[in-house]
Amino acid sequence: MRPLSNEETKLVLTKLKKYIGQNVRTLLERSDGLYCLRLHNNRVYYVKEEIMKFAVSLPRENLVSLGVCFGKITKGGKFMLRITALDFLHPYCQNKIWVKSSSEDSFLYGNHVYKSGLSRISDNTAKYTGAIVFSSKDIPLGFGVTGKSTPECRLADPMNIICFNQADVGEYIRNEEGLI
Amino acid sequence: MGRKANFEEKQKKGPGKKAKKQQAPVYSFDVREFDGNRKLTSRDKARAKKRALKAAAQQERKAKKQKTAQQPNSKEDELDSTGEEQFSPEEMAELQESAAAQGTQQEKTKKTLFGEEDSDEDKEEEEEEDDDSEGEEDSEDDIETDIEKMSKKLEKENQRRLAEGEAYMEEATSKVGVQIPSLEEVKKEMDGETEPDLPTINSRIKDTAFILADFKKRHEEGRSRAEYMEIFLMDLSTYYSYNTFLMEKLLHMFGPSELIEFLEANELPRPVTIRTNTLRTRRKVLATSLIDRGVDVDIIPWSRVGLVVMRTPGNVTLGATPEYLAGHYILQGASSFLPVMALSPKEGEKILDMCAAPGGKATHIAAIMRNTGMLVANDVNKDRVKAVVGNFHRLGITNSVITTNDGRCFPKIMPRGFDRVLLDAPCSGTGVISKDERVKVSKDPKDINRCSHLQRELLLAAIDSVHKFDGVNGYVVYSTCSVLVEENEEVVEYALKKRNVQLVPTGLDIGKPGFVNYRGKRFNSTMNVCKRIYPHSYNMDGFFIAKLKKMDDTEAPSQAAQAQVKGK
Repeated sequence: MRPLSNEETKLVLTKLKKYIGQNVRTLLERSDGLYCLRLHNNRVYYVKEEIMKFAVSLPRENLVSLGVCFGKITKGGKFMLRITALDFLHPYCQNKIWVKSSSEDSFLYGNHVYKSGLSRISDNTAKYTGAIVFSSKDIPLGFGVTGKSTPECRLADPMNIICFNQADVGEYIRNEEGLI
Repeated sequence: MGRKANFEEKQKKGPGKKAKKQQAPVYSFDVREFDGNRKLTSRDKARAKKRALKAAAQQERKAKKQKTAQQPNSKEDELDSTGEEQFSPEEMAELQESAAAQGTQQEKTKKTLFGEEDSDEDKEEEEEEDDDSEGEEDSEDDIETDIEKMSKKLEKENQRRLAEGEAYMEEATSKVGVQIPSLEEVKKEMDGETEPDLPTINSRIKDTAFILADFKKRHEEGRSRAEYMEIFLMDLSTYYSYNTFLMEKLLHMFGPSELIEFLEANELPRPVTIRTNTLRTRRKVLATSLIDRGVDVDIIPWSRVGLVVMRTPGNVTLGATPEYLAGHYILQGASSFLPVMALSPKEGEKILDMCAAPGGKATHIAAIMRNTGMLVANDVNKDRVKAVVGNFHRLGITNSVITTNDGRCFPKIMPRGFDRVLLDAPCSGTGVISKDERVKVSKDPKDINRCSHLQRELLLAAIDSVHKFDGVNGYVVYSTCSVLVEENEEVVEYALKKRNVQLVPTGLDIGKPGFVNYRGKRFNSTMNVCKRIYPHSYNMDGFFIAKLKKMDDTEAPSQAAQAQVKGK
């Protein structure tokens, strides 16, 4: 486990910015204690400082996870957000997409959000930006990248992809082995 | 064109105003009036006077009648006639009771005194009828008295019949006796080449249990209890397909009749229960959203977060609903709530769950702590830890560290580093046979010893990793899903001898006390504060829960405890 280098921090924060914009600051400067980002086994963890300090004293090879895993830094030098980060993305997110209850399941099986399954989309959502997908009951289901902007959505065909699936909570069952 | 229906607006489902719990009723009149000690009105007094007069007249008549026809049981007549004259309901009830008691007493004496009952009782009935006619003649006041009298008569009749039936049964069993074949025959049947006949065995099991329930009266002459027990054991292991070793252990613990209940309970699945994740939602909200999906749920009364699932429709999988994936609940056996409730974690504490996979109890702890403090979830098995990681992230737990250390190493890694430790030790699983039937045949003495040894090591490690802190902190909760004494009381007893710890009450309402004496073994006298959960008594998985409090940090028991051990 080690703190992130400058490049890595930049990488992670730019990715987060796509989803939560300026709220990245609130994520790191919290009123209820110091939180930090740590790298362990190429995974980025977001963790309270006390817990991090405790975890340092545990044998490294047996440490599996601490705090919340945000994602993975690949060997190619990219940062990939994982579904486990959803908890900290959805309260601060800027672009929201609501899916119809009929196409909830489809999204949870890893499919994209099509125009036919779209219930609502927040105003001024740009093209190719991060968005959080909610169910009709406002339960966060995952996140993805928009394929159309809000005005474009109005004119889109039913089979046009509105949001490309990046991660969804179905992964907790589908892909438990590879969660972190 | 018809009117367009508005399908968007749905009728609200769920409990409405009327389903709310109602308040206790408010009486507009004084309830004390019904207490029976109210003041008598003038009319009451007049009525009482009339009653007294009538009673006197009746008694006179009766006395005359008795003189003419001198019957042996005149006492009862008197009693009946006086019974009619009482009017206040309390007195009536009292009288009825005493009459019934006396009646049965008389019957008893009759039975012992006279050989023939029937002729005597017939006489009695005739008399009673006489009484009735008399009553009708002289009392014109109420129909109620008649009804009361009739009901009294009926009651008496019923009691008589019941007593007769019981006596008959007893006589029958003592005369006929339940017979079972001899040990040799049973052995031959079991060893024979043909498959043993299960219905026969089942009926024999019932017979043997019946005999063993009252051995002195019911056994055949010249056959020992040991023989009966052996036959019982063989039959049970064949019928329920257990190995003899495990069945013997269970028989020692439960006794014949309870054992059958236990084994029957193991054949049935336990109800599916879920635990609300209080970090994400509330139980009521979750229940309504599940009911909307067509899942029938009911609350678990002794828990604040548990729901029991009565019925799931075919198109819903409880482990894959959007609510489940969003971490609103977790599927967890009801008995798994108990160790955490016993641990009673507080906010801001450092807690260790030594054998955490798949993380049900650990997530419960984190939910109770509301993501404050720190929770170390450890499990030695790297594959099973993946489930812990999944569950922790799904349920939104942020204060955790997940490790795959050997639990026994924790005193070295973090000596006295924790406020509370939950040790849900690996065990033989004899409490969860309904979940995993392999336990029935796969366990032998070696397995049990191996488990027991590991449990002892783990428990000592758990005790060494909490720090002593008077009052709130320094607790270890030891739990297993086994019912065997070797894995439970003996392990706790070992820890009590090796370390300076005390057993403290678990704070659970349900469960049976742990054994203090077991087959000649005497455990610590406080062992009864441990809790044992059996599948047949609570319809939950079998469980054992003990809560230990660390008294000081030395690795030896206190001198007082040592003296106690020596004294034994």
